[in-house]
Amino acid sequence: MIAETGHYALILALGIAIVQMLLPLIGARYRDQQLMAVAAPAAQLQFVLIAIAFMALMTAYVTSDFSVENVWRNSHSAKPLLYKISGVWGNHEGSMVLWVLILALFGAAVATFGSNLPGELKANVLAVQGSIAAAFLLFIVTTSNPFVRLDPAPFDGNGLNPVLQDPALAFHPPFLYTGYVGFSMAFSFAVAALIDGRIDAAWARWVRPWTLAAWMCLTLGIAMGSWWAYYELGWGGFWFWDPVENASFMPWLAGTALLHSALVMEKRDALKVWTILLAIITFSLSLMGTFLVRSGVLTSVHAFAIDPARGIFILAIMGVFIGGALTLFAWRAPLLAQGGLFAPISREGSLVLNNLLLTTACAAVFVGTLYPLALEALTGDKISVGAPFFNLTFAPLILPLLIAVPFGPMLAWKRGDLLAAAQRLMAAACLALAVAVLVLAFRQRGPWLAPFGIGLGVWLIAGALSELVYRVKLLDASRSETWRRLRNLPRSAYGTALAHAGLGIVVIGIVATTAWRSEAILALKPGETAEIAGYTLAFKGVAPHQGPNYRERVALFEVTRDGEAVTKLAPSKREFTVERSGTTEAGIHPSWRGDLYAVLGDQLKDGGYSIRLYFNPLVRLIWIGAVVMFVGGAFSLSDRRLRVGVPRRAQAKVAAVPAGE
Amino acid sequence: MALRLASLVLALAIAVLAAVPAYAVEPDEVLQDPALEARAREISEGLRCLVCQNQSIDDSEAPLAKDLRVLVRERLKAGDSDEQIVDFIVARYGEFVLLKPRFEAHTLLLWFATPAVFLAALLIIALAYRRRSAAAQNLAPLSVTEKRRLKRLLGQR
Repeated sequence: MIAETGHYALILALGIAIVQMLLPLIGARYRDQQLMAVAAPAAQLQFVLIAIAFMALMTAYVTSDFSVENVWRNSHSAKPLLYKISGVWGNHEGSMVLWVLILALFGAAVATFGSNLPGELKANVLAVQGSIAAAFLLFIVTTSNPFVRLDPAPFDGNGLNPVLQDPALAFHPPFLYTGYVGFSMAFSFAVAALIDGRIDAAWARWVRPWTLAAWMCLTLGIAMGSWWAYYELGWGGFWFWDPVENASFMPWLAGTALLHSALVMEKRDALKVWTILLAIITFSLSLMGTFLVRSGVLTSVHAFAIDPARGIFILAIMGVFIGGALTLFAWRAPLLAQGGLFAPISREGSLVLNNLLLTTACAAVFVGTLYPLALEALTGDKISVGAPFFNLTFAPLILPLLIAVPFGPMLAWKRGDLLAAAQRLMAAACLALAVAVLVLAFRQRGPWLAPFGIGLGVWLIAGALSELVYRVKLLDASRSETWRRLRNLPRSAYGTALAHAGLGIVVIGIVATTAWRSEAILALKPGETAEIAGYTLAFKGVAPHQGPNYRERVALFEVTRDGEAVTKLAPSKREFTVERSGTTEAGIHPSWRGDLYAVLGDQLKDGGYSIRLYFNPLVRLIWIGAVVMFVGGAFSLSDRRLRVGVPRRAQAKVAAVPAGE
Repeated sequence: MALRLASLVLALAIAVLAAVPAYAVEPDEVLQDPALEARAREISEGLRCLVCQNQSIDDSEAPLAKDLRVLVRERLKAGDSDEQIVDFIVARYGEFVLLKPRFEAHTLLLWFATPAVFLAALLIIALAYRRRSAAAQNLAPLSVTEKRRLKRLLGQR
């Protein structure tokens, strides 16, 4: 009964989405207030209905109702509660329901908090949002129904893939999807502006908080996935340039560019046409990511050809939305008025450089991800594009960007003074250079470029702080004046500084762990010891242990450093009884220097075990940096300027200034 | 990357045979000679594990990756150069094993696409900038009254 309720709610939501797509659009066209007023309650109702469907599926999982095929396939009664819950989105059908739930949540948020939006813009935005929801709900209802029943109901389920039974991965998809799907807001606003034929700085002010919120969640989602890969896949890698990772990285790159170009648009009324295009591109990349992952095309072009129903459907959705939006763009964009002028050396100019490099880097990832698929589909030739390709194409674009980042906030709008900016950054540059030279002097191994990589990270952090120091006049003004300025500085200034510093922290983490990780591959017998990076590990032996839904063999290491006990590590190999597959759980000891990372391997013929030990210097900075970027985003989001209600002042202006003038 | 779930599910479906996975480079594979071993690691990092998603054989747990690692080390011990070994493996498994595709006719577009996009974008920016500044210069000059007003406004300061 509960499953049927969910199914029914999903179909009702589809009906509501179609209404939400059509009536407000017609209303906005003919200036009919009553039709336009349908949009908000429809968006809210659609969210409630999808939430009911989602809760129904969740209930089926939590109560282990194996008469629902989806639950039977992906769950098991002995599974811990957390993974029963995360099992809802650990499969194709359930993850699509989560996808539309988040889509509807954003729509409902605009409907509820968007009372300050001009009526027609709001109606159009919600209509576009409704059309995306309608397409994906139709996809779920026709090809991916999660509520199909089994008769007779099986006694127990098949269980969830063991590598997915992990706390970080349980919350990784919701964050990632919030990011992915959140960019639909920017898309809907862009298409609405094109339909309306007018756009101005206020538009950017409405779009930026949504884009920022999506970007924050995507940042955290990608970081969680990378963190999971680091400790779960058993060799301490954090990024693989795997197509599935690239699928989430491309919207992140484009979304980062969008955040920055929307800034130019908001402050200076410039780059309007480009910002609209970028909003369309960003969500198109999200759609493409959904297609790549959900169609099976990545596993093999042939897997796609065998069961094409879902793939073709998503491909059609992509074609309609991307093609439609770009056509609309080509038709209406020339009508949009161009805004303020600026010199090449200016804040705007630096943000154009940011956009140039970020979008080209995104193109590099795009080509590297899709070229092998296209080549195989067209000629049958199979090639691989891996890390070496991306190091050669992606890195040369990102490096100059990282060097340029601290200059951006130091330049004035319209016409900047590069020399003055450089002078203000002198302290940061000296610090970065000093650190690089120091690291170079103490370097015993690793590539000679690595110290400069560390210097680059320091440059980013110190550069971000320099901007704050300059803006509060820390060195020039009295203490009370500095304090006053510190309090009055807009939160977005702190947000920028934090996000840029977070980037620097990530860079240091990546460079340090890539250049200076140590590794020992050993065959150890119980009672023997091993040494790595100053630690001594005494191998005490391996003991069996029984978990809730797995058996494991746990190795015990006593770790000492200079004769003093540090910690005990217990890496294990788990064997999941139901799923009949296993995972390796690394034993990790974090410290400020880096992670000691131990992995247990198979038992060898002579009674020993193969053991792998790593020391990953400063590796945690990668994820700490991502969290700092997230917090930076949160600071910006809480800025008074972006808070709900404030843009009302600009509203009158919007109505008065149509584009093309 | 969460979307990595799906690929993992599929990868695992493929690797059902490996009930309990072994893991990357094992102690019995490591060569005695550190110089040879270092070369082996470097070659391995550029070779793809054929049944994995973009993982090199150096990182992969799959049995097939282990076979390739052992093969690389056998060829090294036999005295082959790095290039000969890579050629040998490409001849056996096809260009698919190379994580860095060779620069050939069918990969021209792959290698040139990014620089081409960069140059095109640069050109578009330059043209847009020129058009905009030209448009700005073509603004009608100030009329006499406007000039007088400007003077008055400036004079007030």
